[in-house]
Amino acid sequence: MDLKGKQITVHDMCLRDGMHPMQHQITVEQMVAVAKAMDEARVPLIEVTHGDGLGGKSVNYGFPAASDEEYLRAVCGAVKHSRVSALLLPGIGTVDHLKMAVDCGISTIRVATHCTEADVSEQHIGMASQIEGLDTVGFLMMAHMIPAEELVEQLKLMESYGANCVYITDSAGYMLPDDVSDRVGLARRELKPDTEIGFHGHHNLAMGIANSLAAVEAGASRIDGSMAGLGAGAGNTPLEVFIAVCERMGVDTGVDLFKAMDIAEDLIVPMMEQPIRIDRDALTLGYAGVYSSFLLFAKRSAEKYKLSSRDILVELGRRKTVGGQEDMIEDLALDMAREAGTL
Amino acid sequence: MAEKVKAAIIGPGNIGTDLLIKAMRSEVIEPVWMVGVIPDSPGLARAAELGLKTTADGVDGMLDEMQADGVQICFDATSAAVHAENSEKVTARGAVMIDLTPAAIGPYCVPPVNLDEAMAARAMNVNMVTCGGQATIPIVYAVSRVQPVSYGEIVATVSSRSAGPGTRKNIDEFTRTTADGIARVGGADEGKAIIIINPAEPPLIMRDTIHCLTKEAPDEVAITRSVQDMMAEVQKYVPGYTLKNGPVFDGHRVSIYLEVEGLGDFLPRYAGNLDIMTSAGLRTAEIYAEQILSGNFSPKVSAA
Repeated sequence: MDLKGKQITVHDMCLRDGMHPMQHQITVEQMVAVAKAMDEARVPLIEVTHGDGLGGKSVNYGFPAASDEEYLRAVCGAVKHSRVSALLLPGIGTVDHLKMAVDCGISTIRVATHCTEADVSEQHIGMASQIEGLDTVGFLMMAHMIPAEELVEQLKLMESYGANCVYITDSAGYMLPDDVSDRVGLARRELKPDTEIGFHGHHNLAMGIANSLAAVEAGASRIDGSMAGLGAGAGNTPLEVFIAVCERMGVDTGVDLFKAMDIAEDLIVPMMEQPIRIDRDALTLGYAGVYSSFLLFAKRSAEKYKLSSRDILVELGRRKTVGGQEDMIEDLALDMAREAGTL
Repeated sequence: MAEKVKAAIIGPGNIGTDLLIKAMRSEVIEPVWMVGVIPDSPGLARAAELGLKTTADGVDGMLDEMQADGVQICFDATSAAVHAENSEKVTARGAVMIDLTPAAIGPYCVPPVNLDEAMAARAMNVNMVTCGGQATIPIVYAVSRVQPVSYGEIVATVSSRSAGPGTRKNIDEFTRTTADGIARVGGADEGKAIIIINPAEPPLIMRDTIHCLTKEAPDEVAITRSVQDMMAEVQKYVPGYTLKNGPVFDGHRVSIYLEVEGLGDFLPRYAGNLDIMTSAGLRTAEIYAEQILSGNFSPKVSAA
């Protein structure tokens, strides 16, 4: 694979996707410390929000240690070089949240929908694209669930609403490199040349780096990852590793590799409540194609109702659940426990 | 045949047509007009076949004749954007407006919770909140009538096929209006609503999860009984309203898991989210109609 001379933008997820394994309890002080270190390392873009995006604060997804506004104001005020993004899932957050985040000083808004439902983002992407200088990104989750042709139709919708960048998001960490090449490649051929394409991976099948490289080769110019992989499931593409690989391959990320390693080792790993690794359940997510942030919910319900978390996750995959359906997990566990005669 | 109150349906789409089929079974409502804006729409043709007067000129196409035709109840199944104008025109001519859009210019109405209040206030426009609101607010109320609820949250999961273009274009209206209804009608201090659209095939039946946080430790026996009573109330007009699991008690959290299957009149059975709207709208109209027929209420004409 020859990627020599390519320039890409890496986007760190520790302070958003990383909120999932941290049960949304990262403190404002921790966020500021991490953001300052990222700024020093010249990470160009960092995402900050509740794990489920703006407005994610809920019984269903978890109550965070601080509000989106507190996190965003603190981080936006702490960085000089890095730009800050926020995630918004229509159906959870609204344009009111978007306006608040813009007021806090974000440079980038990412509007996320399930891969077949891009049209619910029209209102949000449309409005964001009208805001002077706001980098507006459309983000299609669980992109493994539909073939490349259908996915590109949905990406085109987001482009038509005003997104200047669109993402293929492997929320379940299910894709293999060919799946990524197909989707990114077709998108690159079909979308406008000045629309950027991004890829967001999860490491559930240990494909984070390989998939991200496949994406770059097929024409993606933005790659998500997180230092030490802090993210849902087995985490995101470990960013310090990806940066090292990029350096070896002659891909320019603009990030200081050793500083990135230090962030992972000295700041992120000590913060973790449990190791981010491909344990049996995280592997099941990738194998069965299940939304990565279901992991801890399935573990908790399994413990509470004396079930196997793997059985719960496999069943969630079989039922074709989509991102955000965390409420289904306890409901399903109750059904399974009743069937097993343990309720 | 007993006397019935005459009604018009504005919006011959899926919702309007389903409502029409339900209304034709009513003992107290007689649908006489279907109002649309597209001349060759299948919904208008179907209504005409069923013997209704139709117009493709919007509400304006009916205004001159509606009083002569005795229309005293209108249903708006169009969109929030045009609702206020529609409402002004028909209420001025003495018809009560049942608003199935998320416009919410009139008081919210969730039949088993506060229909009596709307009736007592003689409201000329009542709003049916949202599909998610109709499915979940009765349960929030079933908890809050037992003991104070500091926070009510609902998650409505609907099939892709049942989420129409109106919902999709303005999904924020859903989350805002439902959250507001959870607080104002459901009785929680604060409300939060989440909607998830799932494209699985075959389409999933509407699912709803209700989480309430009670201020004091929950009275498990009383809440369970209250929720079961409320289930029975809603089942009177939505037979497929089913308690799947719960109430589950976890500290101060009370969680209830529901499924809402529709009657399958015009809309498929999985689209319980749409069915519960048309059923609630019709139920509201029927209570108004009973009051009109018994002489307790006579909607006033205010047009010059």
